[in-house]
Amino acid sequence: MGVVPVKRNTQVNVIIQSLRSRLWRLALRNSMIAACSLLLTGCLAARAQEAAIRPDAPRAFVGARLIPISGPEIDRGVVVIEHGKITAVGAADAVTIPPDARRIDVAGKIIMPGLVDTHNHIGGFGGADSSAPIQPDVRIFDSLNVRDSGFRRAVAGGLTTLNIMPGSGHLLSGQTIYVKLRKAEIIDDLFIRDADGKPTGGLKMANGTNSMRDAPFPGTRSKSAALVRERFIKAQEYRDKIKRAADDSDKMPPRDIGLEAIVEVLEGKRIVHHHTHRHDDILTVIRLSQEFGFRVVLHHVSEGWKVADEIARAGVPCSVIVVDSPGGKLEAVDMAFKTGAVLEKAGAQVAFHTDDWITDARVFFRSAALAVRAGMSREGALRALTLAGAKMLDLGDRIGSLEVGKDADFIILDGDPLSVYSKVLETYVEGQKVFDRTDPKDHLYAVGGYGAGNDQTPYLCCFDQPEGQ
Amino acid sequence: MMSSRFQSVMCLALALPCGLARTADAQVAVRGKTVYTMTGEPIRDGVVIIRDGKIAAVGTAAALPIPEGFRVLEATVVTPGLIDAHSTVGLSGIYNQPHDQDQLERSAPIQPELRAIDAYNAREKLVSWVRGFGVTTIHTGHAPGELISGQTTIVKTWGDTIDDAVIVPTAAVAATLSPLAEKQEKGKSPGTRGKMMAMLRAEFIKAQEYMRKREKADPEKTPDRDLGLEMIGRVLKGEIPLMITANRAQDIAGTLRLAKEFNIRVWLDSASEGYLLIDEIKAAGVPVIVHPTMVRAFADFENMSFETAAKLHKAGIPVALQSGYESYVPKTRVVLFEAGWAAANGLTFDEALATITIDAAKILGIDNRVGSLAVGKDGDVALFDGDPFEYTSHCVGVVINGNVVSEASQ
Repeated sequence: MGVVPVKRNTQVNVIIQSLRSRLWRLALRNSMIAACSLLLTGCLAARAQEAAIRPDAPRAFVGARLIPISGPEIDRGVVVIEHGKITAVGAADAVTIPPDARRIDVAGKIIMPGLVDTHNHIGGFGGADSSAPIQPDVRIFDSLNVRDSGFRRAVAGGLTTLNIMPGSGHLLSGQTIYVKLRKAEIIDDLFIRDADGKPTGGLKMANGTNSMRDAPFPGTRSKSAALVRERFIKAQEYRDKIKRAADDSDKMPPRDIGLEAIVEVLEGKRIVHHHTHRHDDILTVIRLSQEFGFRVVLHHVSEGWKVADEIARAGVPCSVIVVDSPGGKLEAVDMAFKTGAVLEKAGAQVAFHTDDWITDARVFFRSAALAVRAGMSREGALRALTLAGAKMLDLGDRIGSLEVGKDADFIILDGDPLSVYSKVLETYVEGQKVFDRTDPKDHLYAVGGYGAGNDQTPYLCCFDQPEGQ
Repeated sequence: MMSSRFQSVMCLALALPCGLARTADAQVAVRGKTVYTMTGEPIRDGVVIIRDGKIAAVGTAAALPIPEGFRVLEATVVTPGLIDAHSTVGLSGIYNQPHDQDQLERSAPIQPELRAIDAYNAREKLVSWVRGFGVTTIHTGHAPGELISGQTTIVKTWGDTIDDAVIVPTAAVAATLSPLAEKQEKGKSPGTRGKMMAMLRAEFIKAQEYMRKREKADPEKTPDRDLGLEMIGRVLKGEIPLMITANRAQDIAGTLRLAKEFNIRVWLDSASEGYLLIDEIKAAGVPVIVHPTMVRAFADFENMSFETAAKLHKAGIPVALQSGYESYVPKTRVVLFEAGWAAANGLTFDEALATITIDAAKILGIDNRVGSLAVGKDGDVALFDGDPFEYTSHCVGVVINGNVVSEASQ
């Protein structure tokens, strides 16, 4: 396993975050004993009485079968985590467990990376309105409800990272947001930030019938492509004007937050996530991406099996949806379980997505299992739930596999991930347990029942359970 | 002898369970490492002999020699042909365009006269899609969404016409007690739950009076024939059940109240909050066709539970599973997968299999024909290369009325 260098900013963030939540917990605990200020000295004294092992001590999950994704499965393995990162992973006899580590026996269980969902709509539909077909200025995160019960269902399904997207009723419906399913009070708590602290995300685009409507929307496929090309050319010109202006503010064009987002796409900093079904629409996406040199992930790709070689040759990754039957719209009539297998064979990169609510996040594993039913390799299918998706979000160096230096985002299962009978027992994000099937509150979201549809009550982090337990 | 066509027409006209018009193409023996007959313990290394479309013998391969000239199919797991206890496939088609969507007529809230047999498309691609997973019988027809949306029918997933496919021409009258059936437009009814119930009760009372008058001897005084009231009359007489789609606890309670007031047979359909009213449902003696186990958790279904089928079954309530109605993508679910998810959420393997075989057949009243592998029943068999509920297994063969209709691995 290679060691991935940890970016300094990230490390600092993690430390700040863990300090912040620890202070929270300490404050709350001490307030039950006596009024307590956040003075570290007083709090530390109270804590020392409570726990012999530091809560932030390394934790070693011992004895599970490991599916690291980045390498072969390990029958009896150990995963060590500390400060939200994986610090060691390997076979039980090859990993030295730090002496101060808390050992957690997970013999008979399976540990694999948290699932990465490259395309969903949890938190409520939002994004662009009906005023125009192209709205790159709109950010999905401005409309998300962090208390949406869908987030609780997602962690119950083993999901830890999501790409939350606006819908497909526009040629360009807005900016997507990459999130981690941490415990959160506001949506910002979920953002995955870059080294500069900026939220990361892509740009949602669509072609085919969903985005063809009455004016001002396009009525044909040619018009759809023409409108997109026009706007991208405008963004190129905008970018060039800024370049030419250098630092001269008099020569700068007026700021345009929509074109700014497309310029990020042109510069390769923001990935286009493109809804597309029909074989010819798929090729149109590839044609446009080559004309403007933008990075794109094809989403749904229902007829991808018809143009698998072309997709592979273009080096364009695919995020595939797997549903129970073909049809429901003309473009999806030739949808098939075999899409993942055919694309894999052709050499294209394949991930899956839930498109939640199209499919429920709690049954994300069946996407991989049904793809295996239709000929995809087990390795490829499990990778398509994790690392492949992470790479499609430019997060392949941070998440998606059990590797030293990566975020401690993982799940514990009671059986094989491709079996219908297996359950997600626990879900961890950056070392913090965000789902525990034995907790009645979590169980309600895992299986449903009265009240499962309500907005979750606000989480008070760490009030009733120590961090990471 | 009656021509097969004539026989079918007669069956439709009399609305009686009918035999399929066609005879079997071949004599078939199906051999399985495990044969789930649904009549008792599974048979290890079993064989099912199908002669002239009907099951002639079931037993261990050691005890049952396969007759000369029989075509032999083999699989790891053999089950009865699967039954989907509620679908709209055949009325709803794969394209989701107006020309292939006949499951819901929006012109009036109460139209029990709409027959499913007049709309069922036996050649619909979704029919062969679900058949590929071992589904051989479907209870299909008018969808939830209007107060009384029309009739349902029971068919085999086989044949080129409704006459080939039909088992029960009119299985139930489909009703909806849910905001799904409410009208949003101002001045249109029903707009509330109270109005829905008032309209249903008024219609039933009207049908009672209609029947009373029709049965009077004096032909001068009999009212004109009314197809809708005739159908409600058949429900009132107990000839046909009213299948009521209800999800919220108050709508389920309404369903039971209506059944009691008019003393009618009811199938409770969907019942996403059914786990709240287990005692009441049981006391009413109402069977439940539970929503697809993986149904999306929003609106009427926001409190759905994966464990509803298990909880109702445990209480002794007859339970079947369904693929339901899908309005978009996917255009249909597959009841095999819904049963598999129920098996992973509280039902045992055998119980889950029963929800899509014998228990479904009993609720639908067709267990004399299908639902188990027993002598005299239709030669409907599904073959699998492993645990049928595992996503990674395949259905490797389907036999309907002794016809091998699929040998593809799906």
